[in-house]
Amino acid sequence: MSDLPPEKAKAYWAKTSGLMWTMLAIWFFFSFVVHFFAPSLNAIKIIGFPFGFYMAAQGSLIAFVVAIFWYAKRQNAIDEEFGVAED
Amino acid sequence: MAAKSTSFIDNLGKIYTYYTGGFIAFTITLAILEQLGVPNVIIGYAFVFLTVAVYALIGVLSRTAEVSEYYVAGRVVPAFYNGMATGADWMSAASFIGMAGTLYVMGYDGLAFVLGWTGGYVLVAILLAPYLRKFGQYTVPDFLGARFGGNLARTVGVIVLITASFAYVVAQIFGVGIIASRFLGISFEMAVFVGLAGILVCSMLGGMRAVTWTQVAQYIILITAYLIPVIWMSVKVTGVPIPELMYGQALEIIATKEQELGILKGHAMAFVNAKGEANFTDAMNFFTLILCLMIGTASLPHILMRYFTTPSVKAARQSVGWSLFFIFLLYFTAPSYAAFAKLEVYQNVVGLSMESLPAWIANWGKVGLVGACDAANASEIYAICKGVAGNADGILQLAEFRIMPDAIVLATPEIAGLPYVVSGLVAAGGLAAALSTADGLLLAIANALSHDVYYRMIDPKADTKKRLVISRVLLIFVALVAAYVASTKPSTILAMVAWAFSIAASGLFPALVMGIWWKRTSNIGAVTGMIAGFGICLYYLIMTQFYGMPLWFGIKNISCGMFGIPAAFLVTYVVSLVTPAPSKEMQDFIDSIRVPKGDVRLADASADIDH
Repeated sequence: MSDLPPEKAKAYWAKTSGLMWTMLAIWFFFSFVVHFFAPSLNAIKIIGFPFGFYMAAQGSLIAFVVAIFWYAKRQNAIDEEFGVAED
Repeated sequence: MAAKSTSFIDNLGKIYTYYTGGFIAFTITLAILEQLGVPNVIIGYAFVFLTVAVYALIGVLSRTAEVSEYYVAGRVVPAFYNGMATGADWMSAASFIGMAGTLYVMGYDGLAFVLGWTGGYVLVAILLAPYLRKFGQYTVPDFLGARFGGNLARTVGVIVLITASFAYVVAQIFGVGIIASRFLGISFEMAVFVGLAGILVCSMLGGMRAVTWTQVAQYIILITAYLIPVIWMSVKVTGVPIPELMYGQALEIIATKEQELGILKGHAMAFVNAKGEANFTDAMNFFTLILCLMIGTASLPHILMRYFTTPSVKAARQSVGWSLFFIFLLYFTAPSYAAFAKLEVYQNVVGLSMESLPAWIANWGKVGLVGACDAANASEIYAICKGVAGNADGILQLAEFRIMPDAIVLATPEIAGLPYVVSGLVAAGGLAAALSTADGLLLAIANALSHDVYYRMIDPKADTKKRLVISRVLLIFVALVAAYVASTKPSTILAMVAWAFSIAASGLFPALVMGIWWKRTSNIGAVTGMIAGFGICLYYLIMTQFYGMPLWFGIKNISCGMFGIPAAFLVTYVVSLVTPAPSKEMQDFIDSIRVPKGDVRLADASADIDH
């Protein structure tokens, strides 16, 4: 990180890693955790969909799409905060 | 040249809007011709030939003699369009035709594919794409070579890449052959080589640049073709043209019908066996498959290399979002195909007398995709009925009904009562899906051979012209070998595609992720980790598939990455700790790819592409 003094570079990478771990937790929740409970969630019906089925067929997918756009925005804000965004 | 390509990029919206409008006008014209009595076979020909001709035209217009245009489309592809291209690159014949059928057969358990083939993009976005884009060379093995000290790591990367991609590309050409032979009425072997010609004109002249702009065009056709039949079906069944919301109603009716028919494993029931009892092995295989498919997604080079083409790191991140959005449009629709088809079968097929069956049964029965096996001699009419003992009572029971998964998407236009022109549209969509994926894969393999093996290892002094000639020759060579293998109809082909994910995940993912995220990863650590992961995954696959080795913990061999991935991480970690830490220059290099701004400081200057 040529343009940043070492402590700022460290802070930048800490924030970036923090966002990565947050995203990884979101990913893990919607990929696995919520589906562990599919048999019980299926007892809930929403416009005809058993909820466990719905989460695997649509709910998690929507969460993935939204999460990636949110991540792109957040990471960009971090880049700008530290002045390392591309010109 | 530069001015021309800038104005092209500025006008992308306009160009693809005209293109979409033209395609709609073309479809409407054919629909009118059909009403005027033009035979179906001509409509089928028109769809297949015209769409392939358009792709070829784009390929010719995008021809290039510049290395960076050939390998990374000049790095000018906007995030939105790169997302569309990645969508087409990603969604193959298996997604377009196979996915809905898998869901029809497997119900909830099939959703592992829907989840696995989407969630991986989260990993691509946060762990890999922005950093590989910042690194900014041409291929995934380029990164392995630069980060892990040269040709050994590069070679192992190339081997994993080719193993995973080749099985995959054979399956795509196989898919092209099936669609082309069905709609053109030519033999399968010939159809394979006709399809091959279509693939080659797209990619050979213009490399990545041509493939990018063709894939955007192919995405538009494939998504239109996928959505129209099921939207119509939704209107027919529920009166509302939003299948993704309305198939909940279908699921409710299916659940009631299942009780009447005595089906214990309900369509929407999670982790149960055929008796409707909770099953631990089922649940475990569901989750291990999701994990392997997701990590595999984040390791397949033909996908990762798409993010080398965006103008910036920022655009690479957004582009992953757009990619998943465009993929999502198809994947969240697929379960509605399955549900509506099942509803049709339970309501209008099963339990009816043989005379009153809907017409689509006979039509698709002729090509061996559907069978009504009531009569004792049913297999004379329906090839698929062989081995099914009907009770010949004149009524079609559930056990007497047979359907191949592929028929779900292909037959839906007819089930919904749509004109033949929509079937032609679906064929064009399936073809677009298979061609676009084949293009991307062939390019990944040919680039690995021409750039990483030939230019990097054999003749680093080769000039631009020679490098591009070598690329094109290798592209044709790989394509011909793949087409030859496809034309022999290898029986394990579909299984091989699923294996590709576990193989790529085990061989590449740990090295790529640790190379970026853990500075301590040493050259020897990464190489031994790649070999360990790749080796264990392949060993498990081959031993369980061909030598009857029992499964470990009941995990199916499609998820062999479950053993390969942890092994690769562990070996990389342990070996890295006992071998010398990477040099100061290497640490600087890692620092430089972690921030979007500034130059990439290669540890070994000879690794620079422009040296």
